[in-house]
Amino acid sequence: MDKLLKVENLTTEFLTSEGLARAVDRFSFDIGHGETVGLVGESGCGKSVTALSIMRLVSDPPGRISGGSIFLEGKDLLSLTEKEMRKIRGNEIAIVFQEPLSSLNPVFTCGEQIREAIALHQKMGRKQSREKAVEMLRLVKIPDPGNRYFSYPHQMSGGMRQRVMIAMALSCQPKLLIADEPSTALDVSVQSQIMELLSDLRDAMSMSILLITHDLSVVAQMAERVIIMYAGTAVEEASVKEIFSDPGHPYTEGLLASIPRLNARVERLSVIPGNVPDPLNLPSGCRFSDRCPKREERCFAKEPPMFVAGKGHFVRCWLSEGQER
Amino acid sequence: MTRFVAERLLQSVILVLIVLTITFFLMHLSPGDPMSRYDDPNISPETVRLIREQLGLDKPVPEQYMRWMASFLRGDFGVSLRFNRPVSSLLAEAIPNTLRLTIAALTLYIVIGVILGLLSAVRRYSLFDRLSTIAALFVYSIPSFWLALMLILLFSLKFEILPSSHMQSMGVSGMGWLARFSDRIAHLVLPAFVLGVASAAGMARYMRGSMLDVLREDYIRTARAKGLSERSVFLKHAFRNAAIPIVTIIGLSLPFLLGGAVIIEKIFSWPGMGALMVDSIFARDYPVVLAVNFVVTVMVILGNLAADIGYALLDPRIASGRKAGK
Repeated sequence: MDKLLKVENLTTEFLTSEGLARAVDRFSFDIGHGETVGLVGESGCGKSVTALSIMRLVSDPPGRISGGSIFLEGKDLLSLTEKEMRKIRGNEIAIVFQEPLSSLNPVFTCGEQIREAIALHQKMGRKQSREKAVEMLRLVKIPDPGNRYFSYPHQMSGGMRQRVMIAMALSCQPKLLIADEPSTALDVSVQSQIMELLSDLRDAMSMSILLITHDLSVVAQMAERVIIMYAGTAVEEASVKEIFSDPGHPYTEGLLASIPRLNARVERLSVIPGNVPDPLNLPSGCRFSDRCPKREERCFAKEPPMFVAGKGHFVRCWLSEGQER
Repeated sequence: MTRFVAERLLQSVILVLIVLTITFFLMHLSPGDPMSRYDDPNISPETVRLIREQLGLDKPVPEQYMRWMASFLRGDFGVSLRFNRPVSSLLAEAIPNTLRLTIAALTLYIVIGVILGLLSAVRRYSLFDRLSTIAALFVYSIPSFWLALMLILLFSLKFEILPSSHMQSMGVSGMGWLARFSDRIAHLVLPAFVLGVASAAGMARYMRGSMLDVLREDYIRTARAKGLSERSVFLKHAFRNAAIPIVTIIGLSLPFLLGGAVIIEKIFSWPGMGALMVDSIFARDYPVVLAVNFVVTVMVILGNLAADIGYALLDPRIASGRKAGK
């Protein structure tokens, strides 16, 4: 089956005062048409840089996509000119950022910020694009959209602002929506409303979503497939069901063990000891070896490839050694 | 907004009265006497005493203050001790001249400053940015009176392409309007440039810094993620935000511009308020000094008020913040 998005060996580096840091390191994954894929990992593991790389919005300098390829329906995004890329951004691939207040321009009305994207990509006049923007506000369930069109971002609540961001992202019916921690900055009760809205709109508009989060429960609610990212690359990939029932990588096991559960009485939530390694100073061999509870001699010697652990289930760990992907 | 402006104007009235009172007493505290011009062996001390009595200068200072304030509040600025003419007619000549000079300088200041700052920010660390940084620092460090003299030396004396003083050439009234107009512009070039360009250098630095700050904001990334061109990102999304602090800086720079005009007008023999002020101070021409001071104070206050209004117009958070607070 042809994939909507195919990312191969993506490598994104940042020039820092201490040297070249590889935020994303030979990362490969794909997303099918209409599919929702969860990209899960701790802060600093390269999730957001991956998102910005797909949009080609990594700020250069200091960042740079130094290798790999990104195909959208067979078209290599990394070979496009900046002008061609601008036709993709906001039109075929759209993004919702984590922080809705700082992501909206404070001096323009919310409606104007949505209208602008519509007028740009759909070649509509002012009146027509304004009507479409009001329509989008209604679609994301903002009450009284005709008047809310003229509200400034600071006049709206956090949840409303994120709805505006979603309306903006979806205004040109993108094929792929990248949702970069869309609910993290919001109150818990608002979080689930936003996730529900996203999943309703996905079904209505039959788009694909790359859902970036550090919260496995959000993934369980929405995604079909999960990629666990660690220190710039994928360490495990599986269907949502399998990740929860049969995790293959010790890091995934650690993440699952740190989720509080109602039905199990535990004295203390387990944590993964240590921190995400410094990209300037990755451990030799497996990048999780310094924190792994199951590490062996060979883990320090050589980095494991992705092994096949089942149908559509891949694990980057020597313990799952077998057929390589 | 109307209420905001009304409040500010009311505060301003009080401020003006305080400024004038301080000026009045400072003038009388400083040594010197308006009568010293009559130190002439041909004028008898008796005549001088009579003139002094006539002008009310023999009264105690508090009484002079009360008298002056009373007539000022009635809108009467009194009579110049030096020219024996109503102060208001002196002002009527000087104010338009100063406005012409300061508005030209202000325009240069804003246009040059904003454009250089924007270009520097857009091409950060480029050769252009580095050169404009050095040039800005250089111009900023030059005392304006020295720059004025050097430019006169160069353009008026060596190349003889620009006039060095006054607002127009002699015998210009017989010429056609176009010749008169270009003559006026030629006279305006040097003083407006000297007055405007030093501040423009500072403005370019502020504009660059403000723009670079804004370009780091998340909403700039959002604008790019929408697929907007760099041009729209800079000129629509970034510039409007970056302009907010700049409006305040322009408002705050008005006193410096008007203060600078005092020196520049003297150097270029420009018949404006600055020159009038300096000459009147030396002659202890109290009514004129007070009147000029009044006009400058009002201009500075109005400039700041305009800056605050501009600020509220550019930043919707300010305007509605006031609404919510009331």
